[in-house]
Amino acid sequence: MNKAQRRAFDIAVWALLLTMPFWMRAIGGYTELATRIVVMGLAAMSLNFLLGFTGVLSFGHAAYFGLGAYGTAMAIKYLEQGTLPGMAAGVIIATIAAAIIGALIVRRRGVYFAMVTIAFGQVFYFIAFRWNVVTGGDDGLTGWHRMPIDLGLANLDIFGNDKAFYYFALVIFAICVAIMAMLLNSPFGRTLLAIRENERRARFLGIPIERHIWLSFVISCFFVSVAGALYALLNNFTDPRALRFDLSGNFVIMAVLGGMRFFWGPLIGAAIFVALQDYISSHTENWMSAIGLVFVLVVLFFPRGVLGILRGRSAE
Amino acid sequence: MSLLQVRNASRHFGSLVAVDDVSLVIEPGELRAIIGPNGAGKTTFFNLISGFFKPTSGVILFDGKDIGALTPEQRVQSGMARTFQVTEIFPELSIADNLRIAVEVAAGLRMKVWLGAARRRAIDARVTELLEMGNLADKRDGLVGALSHGDQRAAEILMALALRPRLLMLDEPTAGMGDQETYDIARLIRRLHQKERLAMLLIEHDMRVVFNLADRITVLAQGRVLAEGTPDGIAASETVQAAYLGKAAA
Repeated sequence: MNKAQRRAFDIAVWALLLTMPFWMRAIGGYTELATRIVVMGLAAMSLNFLLGFTGVLSFGHAAYFGLGAYGTAMAIKYLEQGTLPGMAAGVIIATIAAAIIGALIVRRRGVYFAMVTIAFGQVFYFIAFRWNVVTGGDDGLTGWHRMPIDLGLANLDIFGNDKAFYYFALVIFAICVAIMAMLLNSPFGRTLLAIRENERRARFLGIPIERHIWLSFVISCFFVSVAGALYALLNNFTDPRALRFDLSGNFVIMAVLGGMRFFWGPLIGAAIFVALQDYISSHTENWMSAIGLVFVLVVLFFPRGVLGILRGRSAE
Repeated sequence: MSLLQVRNASRHFGSLVAVDDVSLVIEPGELRAIIGPNGAGKTTFFNLISGFFKPTSGVILFDGKDIGALTPEQRVQSGMARTFQVTEIFPELSIADNLRIAVEVAAGLRMKVWLGAARRRAIDARVTELLEMGNLADKRDGLVGALSHGDQRAAEILMALALRPRLLMLDEPTAGMGDQETYDIARLIRRLHQKERLAMLLIEHDMRVVFNLADRITVLAQGRVLAEGTPDGIAASETVQAAYLGKAAA
């Protein structure tokens, strides 16, 4: 795929994202589903910053997604904050947690790293599950909702207007994605690719591996917590499932499904995952087995993911 | 002042003594070959210098400073670079990007998230210069993992060179190569040595390469220095011949 084709693909992705609320209904969807695709797409792309572009597998990203969600929800509910300060609170809490936990686990590699990320993730899950008074326990945190945003000249009614919230989420998504793209195209981003490709060579070029993996982990968790904050706002609700390891697994599935070597891969994977989940779960409770089947087929026959198929064709 | 001084370095792995009381001095600009039978401790000795392992005992001075406590990354920053016996590159990146990463890290840009146009041009120019040194300019955008073995070795040597080291350590650069590739790599090494005026430390099994390139040769056997001298002196040495023939007979 050359530069012009890549540019065309970028434009197509943005065009689809910008118009999604207007054609969602025509293909049997609804605006909230479109928003969920954008939010989960951001989460999966954030995970993929670490997985696809640093070569480090985390099975615990739901912890930071959930911390972003709970932080936002609690700041709005208990501190009576607006939407943006609420999000800031969630993201800051999650990023601090990621910085501390990341420093503890950054020397682990491969499956050991994945295991400890699960373990730390479950700690937050059980806190949210047990601490009823504050977190609402298993029932989740209710009794709050996202607040309209005062833009000075006008009021952006993201609470009453589904489409307004979609575009609010899309703006946040665009900012996050642009920053990630910039980072990956910089010397710093290339050191991460170097670590993914060959840790020994990277070390003997003089790159302090652990420090760079830690940075990548914290950056990745920062963006996944933004997605978590948006997710809580989308639902006007959050519960411990936003922190649980099966959600971490879903992020990994989305990234692999779409193609983790491609910048947009996880977004495509998230779109397929969320749409299938929505469609199949209206017919059967066992929607996960259908998604599992799709996942297994893709991994077996198209190990580079859905985008890998498309790009393979276009290269021929 | 000598560039590298190794004083009485030893490395034990349990009861195995891989490197046994080895001392070695490398002068700036010197091309030194280390030879010896398999299992003589050559690669372990490289690993002690580059910081892969710490010596069990002994002192390593680089530029007169004790580097024993430095990490591999810090040793690279102080001016030494190495290649490995099995080629270590970034296979799924283009050869230009392989070199670009090395150039950027060497320029102290590894934490930069943005480069100005002038900086980018300077880096591009250095990458092109390195590619031309290795006669790889026409392959610059190909994935390095898809190149021939010889080109991959050349790419790895150029990556090490991109760090602008004062000491370049090459671990069996011609291992597994045919005659033509061996010849090309040997020529590349000679060209780089003449052009960059850097000291090189070379582990090599191909004696044609060793005797053609090296200023001096150190022979290791069973972890110890068996002999050291000029190529002519080593070729004439009976102890060295005995070690090699003895090994071959066994």
